[in-house]
Amino acid sequence: MTTDINIVISEWTYLAAAILFVLGLRALSSPATARRGMFMAEIGMALAVVGTLLYTQILTWTYILVGAAVGSVIGTLMAVFMPMTAMPQRIALSHSFGALAAVLVGCFKYLEYGGEGLGRLRMTALGFEVLFGALTVTGSLMAFGKLQELIRGAPITYRGQNIFNVALFFTTIALFLYLLYEPNAAWVFYTMMALGFVVGVLLVMPIGGADMPVVISLLNSYAGLAAAATGIAIDNKVLIIAGSLDGTSGFFLSILMSRAMNRSFANVLFGAVGAAPAGSDAGKPEPRTVIRYTPEDAKLMLESANSIIIIPGYGMAVAQAQHIVHEMTELLVSRGTSVRYAIHPVAGRMPGHMNVLLAEAGVPYEQLFEMDHINDDFQNTDVVVVVGANDVINPAARHKKHSPLYGMPILNADQARHVIILKRSMGAGFAGEDNELFYDPKTMMVLGDAKQTLTHIVQHLKK
Amino acid sequence: MTPLILATTDAARHITHTLAPMDFSRLMFYLFILVLAGFLGFEVIGRVSPTLHTPLMSATNAISGISLVGSLVAASGQYSLTSSILGMIAVCAASINVVGGFLITDRMLRMFKKKDRGGRK
Repeated sequence: MTTDINIVISEWTYLAAAILFVLGLRALSSPATARRGMFMAEIGMALAVVGTLLYTQILTWTYILVGAAVGSVIGTLMAVFMPMTAMPQRIALSHSFGALAAVLVGCFKYLEYGGEGLGRLRMTALGFEVLFGALTVTGSLMAFGKLQELIRGAPITYRGQNIFNVALFFTTIALFLYLLYEPNAAWVFYTMMALGFVVGVLLVMPIGGADMPVVISLLNSYAGLAAAATGIAIDNKVLIIAGSLDGTSGFFLSILMSRAMNRSFANVLFGAVGAAPAGSDAGKPEPRTVIRYTPEDAKLMLESANSIIIIPGYGMAVAQAQHIVHEMTELLVSRGTSVRYAIHPVAGRMPGHMNVLLAEAGVPYEQLFEMDHINDDFQNTDVVVVVGANDVINPAARHKKHSPLYGMPILNADQARHVIILKRSMGAGFAGEDNELFYDPKTMMVLGDAKQTLTHIVQHLKK
Repeated sequence: MTPLILATTDAARHITHTLAPMDFSRLMFYLFILVLAGFLGFEVIGRVSPTLHTPLMSATNAISGISLVGSLVAASGQYSLTSSILGMIAVCAASINVVGGFLITDRMLRMFKKKDRGGRK
């Protein structure tokens, strides 16, 4: 008895693909090797596809070619034209696509083989696949909607929300268990899938914009788990490995992100930050005054400084100010000033958001520092320039026990000798917590569009 | 909570007990792969530079577009029309991730430069 040569070839291509994927991810440990690594992963992907096409009996190419052509065109257009500032949305959307593919493959399997034909093992895997997949599809779409501001970014909450969600979640699990006893009950399968879609919407609905880094990472993880379950359901090992890598990567990032906010998963998912506390605080507006400074004032201060740390936030992304920030930095560095960037792990809307934007503007990555590596240096720093960040420098996180920010590690901007804050308005950050640093005498508030303000500063610096 | 845990363990026992021996060894084999790949993932991802966390997300996304492999089988035309159409949509969704994911990862990685090389003046 000999094994079909096509199966032999495809299995070897799968093994090669799995190795190349791992090597590719490992190369991401340094920006210097990262591109080469991704090239390896691309080869792995190509091998796996060729291997699959070899052993699959293809009766018609129509569906494959149409699907692949449309997908490739959409994918290319999205990759080429999507601005870097829209990266969080794109990532959220792509989780949705990945999960959709998993759900559809699950439906196809169930449709063709039925519960009995699949056997219990594949049925269990299929259940996981469809459940996680469905939840990820709609959850990611909700995240996309919030990031794209199609849906209100603030948490949407109502009375009894958590109880309702938990009840719905357990109903879905119960259906899943029932399906394992009665694998042929098609209505249970499809109801479970439908409930999965609903759970995804409800899960992300109460989560605010500032918590998006955790949510995106978590959805990344779910998409991976759905792919891994697909692998078990359709007996494909490379799918299990790739899905597992994706799943752990997302899980790792979400742990990192929630740690950076000093919050548990449960708190992020069910805590609905900003809703209640903001309401109770709003009742007593304190009439505090802020002196508005001009870009010239800021320029004078920057000129006299020896060391500067720049703290970018989501506002920099919104104002598209990364290029002008870099220009200002170059000018200051050419005068002999030390300029560094302090990146809070949850600055922006996804892990590494600020790094990508600054890299786009041409900032060398040696100038970017993680919070833990730079936080002790603030006390020896002359000037901190905050560009569109708020919650990550709010001292309320240290001492205000009732604040939704309480306990979150923050950048010690308030320890620097002077603070310049570039901000559009005096409004509170996403957490709805007023920032006392704005009213500190050593703080210089320069209100207005960050890009315009910085352009003025750069013009004055050039004179 | 307790009845739920009981029901789950009961179901787990039920599933493993009623599996054919062939299926059981296959289950364990897959679980080994899943768990070990997971640990490997933690080791590898833990070493990824925080600067590259966004490219990491888009890279793992592109890689999990490997569900393309399953979609290709569904779209191969061997099955019913419904399956073929489901497969076609799945192929489309997965190729958006694979093609778009790798392209955008590369676009991002190209931007990460060391000092004294290029940069917008």
